[in-house]
Amino acid sequence: MIFTEKDVRYVADLANLRLAPEEIQRMAQDLGSIVTYIEKLKELDTSNVEPMSQVLFDAEETATLREDVIGPTIPNAEVLANAPAAGAGYFKVPRVIER
Amino acid sequence: MNVASLTMDQVRDGLAAKEFSAAELARATIEYAEAENPKTNAYLTFSAERAMAAAMAVDQKIAAGEDPGPLGGVPIAVKDVILTKGVRTTCASKLLEHYIPPYDATAVLRLEAAGGIIVGKTNCDEFAMGGSNENSAFGAVRNPVALDRVPGGSSGGSAAVVAQGTAVASLGSDTGGSIRQPASFCGVVGVTPTYGRVSRYGLAAFASSLDHIGPFARNVKDTARLLQAIAGRDPLDSTSAGAPVPDYLVELDHPVKGLKLGLPVEYYKGLDGESAALIDKAVEVLKKLGCEVIDVSLPHTEYALATYYIICTAEASSNLARYDGARYTSRATDSPTLSDMYRNTRGSGFGAECKRRIMLGTYVLSHGYYDAYYLKAQRVRNLITQDFAKAFTQVDALITPVSPFPAFKLGEKLDDPLAMYLADIYTITGDLAGVPCMSVPCGKTAQGLPVGMQILASHFEEAKMFRIAQAYESAAS
Repeated sequence: MIFTEKDVRYVADLANLRLAPEEIQRMAQDLGSIVTYIEKLKELDTSNVEPMSQVLFDAEETATLREDVIGPTIPNAEVLANAPAAGAGYFKVPRVIER
Repeated sequence: MNVASLTMDQVRDGLAAKEFSAAELARATIEYAEAENPKTNAYLTFSAERAMAAAMAVDQKIAAGEDPGPLGGVPIAVKDVILTKGVRTTCASKLLEHYIPPYDATAVLRLEAAGGIIVGKTNCDEFAMGGSNENSAFGAVRNPVALDRVPGGSSGGSAAVVAQGTAVASLGSDTGGSIRQPASFCGVVGVTPTYGRVSRYGLAAFASSLDHIGPFARNVKDTARLLQAIAGRDPLDSTSAGAPVPDYLVELDHPVKGLKLGLPVEYYKGLDGESAALIDKAVEVLKKLGCEVIDVSLPHTEYALATYYIICTAEASSNLARYDGARYTSRATDSPTLSDMYRNTRGSGFGAECKRRIMLGTYVLSHGYYDAYYLKAQRVRNLITQDFAKAFTQVDALITPVSPFPAFKLGEKLDDPLAMYLADIYTITGDLAGVPCMSVPCGKTAQGLPVGMQILASHFEEAKMFRIAQAYESAAS
């Protein structure tokens, strides 16, 4: 499987990841060899196999449901203490809309 | 008191005989760890204040004639992907270099409720992604057994502190072998419990359908004690299992005579010769103890690595989206718009391996590829899980190697991600199937490098797994 630098730029864009030019080149090589390897799965016929998204154990369908009661929560100020920018009880971020 | 070789029994006896107090032990452990740490870089942060407060509470209980708990006064280190309130938790990432969690992981709270003393946070691969602990933003960990070699990963620091004697036990996390592989490389015991056995509330999520928290210690009994303290249903983690937690210590010394053990033939191909000979020897010990040993087959083993690297990267690309510079990570400066902030923060904050996995995961989930990769991998995961279910109708447990080779040299596999991934081939299957598994030291190579034997049991059969491990450990020592 050939992974082009254009492919890398497209995926990096989806992942919100800024990559330097030398990283793009290296990533194309690495992803090319890893994707070639994972294509090994095509050898297997899985048309009659259910996909498994999670390890599941025997339990009633409602086993993980609980009453909707309010429990303790972390105070606003403690949550914001790690924020790179905060104000008026909120996280602050750069502008979202271009004018 | 020699802090470097203490076991939990010795801590309990020493406290009872007033040879030392929990506060003295905590202080001595941290002083020793601070002095020894430059050799291995295994600790990232020491939590002296929290440790001393917990130790004094244990001493007060003892003075009042109360039971200090099953882990009373035991110095324990915690992998730095597990949140500790008020104690810096970095996930070994530049993005969280200054992150002070506002809450504790459930496993941390339970460990302290049982009397355990958290002495510090251990180095690991960034966001637990790696097999050598070379992907830490704060420098690689060196193997205390051979300082020019890796300790394994991703829980390399947690394995190293136990081997180095700078903690009696530790917590790690395992997604594809991140507890068992470093345990084997460092010559300590490491346990990955059944999926859902230990709450992941407060564990930084890497691949949610595969992540586990589990214990490291210098002997089997101490890992069983630590697991006992942290296992069980937690309303804060809907994937934690409701199955009752048996008393792991009650059956620990029961004989293993008559148990049936399986050797999966697929796991003995391509194994390093010295490691193979050591595993063979360990199997002979188990036979002498009266275990019946047969060959079994897990036919889809050769597809496990590809399956794993699709599922874990897909889940990681989603889980790591939260590290975006908005709420708790550091933020890249010079980002005039929100989109720039995301891209610059993530581009400059994540290390090479995290970027590689985010990219691969985003790719396999992207439009037009979802069915071919992600869905396909979920189907193959089912086949791998069925292999285990069938094997466990024939045998009580499986015995395999942990890693195809012992600890390798620092830098040796750093330029070849696929070669690094291949180090996981014997451990990822257990995570994919969600079965309990552990690494027990079974000797050293001619060069003095430890080798681990892996024991895998059926879901929630930790007690049986511990019993086999204990029987081997007692017979071999």
